[in-house]
This record gives sequence, C-alpha cells and structure tokens, in this order.
Amino acid sequence: MTTNDNAPSDDAGGVERPTNARRLERLTESHPSRIGVGRAGPRPRTQTLLEFRADHGEARDAVTTHVDDNLVNRLDLVAVRSRATSKEEFLADPDRGRDVSDETVERLREGCAEKPEVQIVVSDGLSSTAVEANVPELLPALLDGLDARGLDVGTPVFVEYGRVDVMDAVGEALDAECCVNLIGERPGLATNESLSAYFVYGPERGKSTAKKSVISNIHRSGLPPVEAGAEIAAVLEEIHEAERSGVDRGER
Amino acid sequence: MSYTATLGRTDYEFDSIRDLLATANEQKTGDELAGIAADSDAERVAAKTALSGLTLETLYENPAVPAAQDEVTRTIREGLSDRAYDRIRSWTVSDLREFLLDAGTTDEDVRAIRDGLTSEMIAAVTKTMSNMDLVLASSKMTTTARCNNTIGTDGTVSFRLQPNDPTDDVENIVDTVREGLAYGMGDAVIGINPVTDSVARTTEILRATKEFMRDWDVPTQNCVLAHLTTQMEAVEAGAPADLLFQSIAGTESGNREFGVDSALLGDAYELGQRECTADGPNVMYFETGQGSELSNDAHEGVDQLTLEARCYGLARQYDPFLVNTVVGFIGPEYLYDGKQVTRAGLEDVFMGKLHGLPMGIDACYTNHTKADQNDIENLAVLLTAAGANFFITVPMGDDVMLNYQSNSFHDGATLRQLFELEAAPEFQTWLEARGIADGSALTATAGDPTIFT
Repeated sequence: MTTNDNAPSDDAGGVERPTNARRLERLTESHPSRIGVGRAGPRPRTQTLLEFRADHGEARDAVTTHVDDNLVNRLDLVAVRSRATSKEEFLADPDRGRDVSDETVERLREGCAEKPEVQIVVSDGLSSTAVEANVPELLPALLDGLDARGLDVGTPVFVEYGRVDVMDAVGEALDAECCVNLIGERPGLATNESLSAYFVYGPERGKSTAKKSVISNIHRSGLPPVEAGAEIAAVLEEIHEAERSGVDRGER
Repeated sequence: MSYTATLGRTDYEFDSIRDLLATANEQKTGDELAGIAADSDAERVAAKTALSGLTLETLYENPAVPAAQDEVTRTIREGLSDRAYDRIRSWTVSDLREFLLDAGTTDEDVRAIRDGLTSEMIAAVTKTMSNMDLVLASSKMTTTARCNNTIGTDGTVSFRLQPNDPTDDVENIVDTVREGLAYGMGDAVIGINPVTDSVARTTEILRATKEFMRDWDVPTQNCVLAHLTTQMEAVEAGAPADLLFQSIAGTESGNREFGVDSALLGDAYELGQRECTADGPNVMYFETGQGSELSNDAHEGVDQLTLEARCYGLARQYDPFLVNTVVGFIGPEYLYDGKQVTRAGLEDVFMGKLHGLPMGIDACYTNHTKADQNDIENLAVLLTAAGANFFITVPMGDDVMLNYQSNSFHDGATLRQLFELEAAPEFQTWLEARGIADGSALTATAGDPTIFT
C-alpha cells in the first residue's frame, strides 16, 4: 500500500481537521441529525454511508417481511388476512388492508368468542418487526390488566396485511363493544420497532378516524411494551365506561 | 363527444377529455387507486395517440374541472395571455411537443407562447413525452426569480437547506444550518418544517435563523413552513420572514382541505410585499405533489398529473420565488416505486418550468415506498441535467423530523462539481469569501460546521 497525503487519517469517520474540535464534539454528541460527518471528496465517508444504508435496510425489512407464524401460534392468536393477498397489493391499495372477506368473517365467527366487551387485534401494518419486538411482552401485560379490571375479553386475532381500520371489520364481525388494534407503525431510520395501539368504541366499517383514539411510539426506547400493556388496559376501561372513543371522548 | 384511436386491429374509444388524459398517463398507483388508469399498456398508448392529435383549443375549452365549480380553473383562465393563446390555439399536442424539442426553438421562443398555455395543455403534452424528452425540453427553459438571492440563472443550481428537528430545538436547527452551509447548501432558502404549528414557535425559529444569517452575512432567505395563516400572524407581529410558504392543490376542494383559497393566497402575497424582510419582489414559496388531491378526496375524478399541472397554474399567479414538488413523500399508494417517483419528478419539473415557474424538487421517498437512496441520487442527476432550479437537502439525506429521506448536503456539492455549476450569484460570492467553495468545487475546509464558531 502506498502512502497518500489525501488518505483520511481517521477511519471512524467525521470531519478530519475541524477548526474547533471541542465545538465539533459538542455539536455532534447529542444532535438527532447526522451532522459533523465529514466527507470523501464531495461524497460521504464510507462508515457514514454504510450506517445510513443499514438503517434504511432494516426499515425496509420491517415493511416487507412477515410476522413469524410460530409467534402467532405461541400467542394463541386466531390468524386471518385482510382483503390484500400480498405485501405489494397491501402497499398499493390501502382499502384492501382495511377490510376482510365474507369467508374471513365466517372463520372469525367460528374461531372466536362473539360479543366480547374488548376485542384485541394484532396487525402487521407497516412493520412486522414492531409486532415481533413488542407484542410478546405487551399482550400478557394487557390481558392481565383487562382481567384485573373485570373486562370480558374476546379471542385475540392476528390480521396479516392489516391497516388500522381493519379493527372495524373484525369488531363488526364479532359484534365487539370495543376494539384495540396493536399495529406496526411506518418505520423510520431511528427505529423500525415502533408499535401503535388504536382504539374504537362500537366498531363498524367506515367509522371515521376522528372517532378513534391512539397510543403511539411503543418500543424499547419509547413507551416500553409492558408499561404499554398496562396503559392500554386502562384506556380500554375508560372507553368501556364512557361508551365512546376519539373526538367523542373530548380528544383532538 | 368521444375520442378514438386504433392500434393494430383494436379500436379504442374514450368518453371524455378527462378520461383520455387519465388513460394516457404513465403507470401510477394513484391513478389505479382512483380507478381511472389505463387497463393495459396498449390502451395507455392508444390514449396518448388520441391525445396527441387534439388541438390546444379543444383542451382550453375542456378544463379538467369546469370553471363554474372550481376557482383554480377560473384563476388559470384569468391569468392567460390572449395574444399568446391566439398564436398556439390551432396547434395539436403533437405540434407543441415537437416545437419544444426543435433545435431551433430557444428559451425566448418558449417564453413567447407559455403564457397562452393552460395547465391542461401542459399536462397533455407531458403525457406524450418520454423521460429524455422531458429532460431536454426542461433544460432549454430558464426561469429566474429574485428574493434576497437570484435563483435560476444560467450556470447555477441552488439548494434548500432543511434543518428540521424532532423537537423544534433552535440550537439543533442552527447547528444543522452550520453543517449545510459548510457544504454550500442553503442558497434557495433555509426552510424549516416545524413540529408545532404555532405563532410562537414559528417566530422563535424565524428569529434564530435570521440572527444567524445576519451574524454571518449569509445572502439567502429564511422561511418556516407552518400553515400560511400562522406565518401571516407571526409576520404581522414583526417576525422576520423572507418568504411565505403554503402547500397547494389543483382543485378548489383540495385547497379547502389545506385551509386556503385564492383570496387568502392573494392576502398573503400583499402582506409579503409589505412586511417580509426580503428585498423581493418574489416572496412566495409553494409545495405540491402528485396524489395530494386524491389523498384528501378532492380529485374530482381527474388524474394526478393533470391536477399537479393545475397547482402550477395556480402558483404562477403569485410570482413565487420557489415552487417544488415533494415527489415521493406521499407513499406507494400514489407512486409505488423508484420508477414511478422518477417519472413523476421529471414530469413535475418540466411542467413547472413550462408554466414559467422557478421550479425545484424534493427528490424523496418514505420507507414504505419501494425505493432507496440510489433512486433519488439518479433522479437528482437527471434533474440537474434538466436544469431544475433547486433541490431539497437534509443531513445525510435523513430527515429526522418528517421521517423520510431526501437528497443530502453531499449530493448538492456533488451535483455542482459534476455539472460545473455554481450557487446563486450572491451566495457564490459569499461561499468563496468564506473559503467554502472555489468555483464549482468545495475547498479543503468545506464540510466543517465549526468554521461558523
């Protein structure tokens, strides 16, 4: 290997010879954006580029991969599908992810308890990674919380290719009083594990988004899954007692 | 009346101009979602064929949404030059395409007819053009505007520095401004999307950016992209804004969903002339994007490209300094993948420039779109060749507030070097005085944000 005056001295990335090294450290330390990263010619340095690509790769995988069947079985979820038949169709046509077929309605009625006070739905949404990372801890905490509050809980359902509003179709099929949908959020580069819990009182197809409530940002470094389980149980009790959700509950 | 074309042994019939325009589009999931797309590739080309034979007068007489029910249609009509329209009314769409591509057609020649073109005519010709047609025709058109800087002059390409922060922390925002300026970005605008849409927050960010610009004599514009009414209230109370921003749509109902109408835009324009801190005269900034009308259930049965063209028809009534499409932000149900995003980006910049706008682009994608950074790097190269006025840039392409990816500060510096282009003239002088740029290239000290300490 020949020596080259232009070769970077620091393989870790960053600005090579900053005017003010201490200022640079302060600037980059706790900053949420990728700054102070330096350059190779006008292009990013190798490590900076690969870190960015790695974060995007993980985000894409969260969108395109499927929730593990073993996990669905282990959690005793009744597994169905929305009207979407593939990830591609799910992404291109959101309406398909909001509904289930007549045959699926039949299957739900055969496999699940009807007229529950609370129907739990788990959906892959835009991140199967979020479901796998959070639901195994969240679901037992949620079931315990609902049990302690004396709420009658139906048979938890997993909907593959599900959007938020698929809980309306499932809840309508099972004549549930309230529904909660634990669904993977669109992944960012900072985390691909973020889950949301959406709530509806009196689920029915076509119910407006404004009539729904939400807890978002559920993941290890946000609202941790066990705490989220307890919080979701508390919200369900409130919705059950108030007999309303969303704007009807005074939310904006 | 119906319109027909024959391909091979198959006859195709289209019920209306609206149907013809929709069917003639390149494939996009948004038109499929709306149920108005071509059923097959052959039908798509049949529609392009029928469309290419229409006269511009026919398109003038058949706006996508009737004038009686839509103020965007009326605004576009009222702004039209009768003299320019008379010159081209008998041309077919095909004639217009070949005029734009002809080696003898100059920037001046295009300028002489463009005020006679309605947005539907511009949409129609776009549908008959290939990607390279769009690049070539765009590259001929120079569209300049002046605020504190002059944007769009020959031999330049500009960039918006977008220092968004997930908590609107002004120190973080200003540190990202340092980083971006160190790469020569920010000559189009230092423009921040706030998390919280409030007068107080908008004012705070405007003040912090303005103070930094004054301390370091940065010849550019600042803007906080809150709702227009929020910015107006802040400016009326003395907040230092150079530009007033608003997202706009191609239908009256779409604009209503955005909380604006032409009267409000007119008021903002007047306020901007009076109260903005900029030299002007161009003080407005608009963003658009194919699919926004459908996502707000305000598409009136019209395809997303034609609606996008109508956004530009509306925008040009307010002499903006900047207009850009946010092309891949809306998601895969409107633009599915890198191919669709690329096509839409080329279409939008071409259509904006043919409307006479200082046109830029946020070449971007979300994580559920089938695209990656390579796709928008490609698109940025194509659009620099096409003479786009400006691009959006964020640190390493990662916007940590809006959670999507766009071009990076590094991309901006690379495009200038590749195409031997400089920043807007006033800003280029400043970059060279600060030792950041030497002509089209970065200097050895560029890329170091601590030069601003």
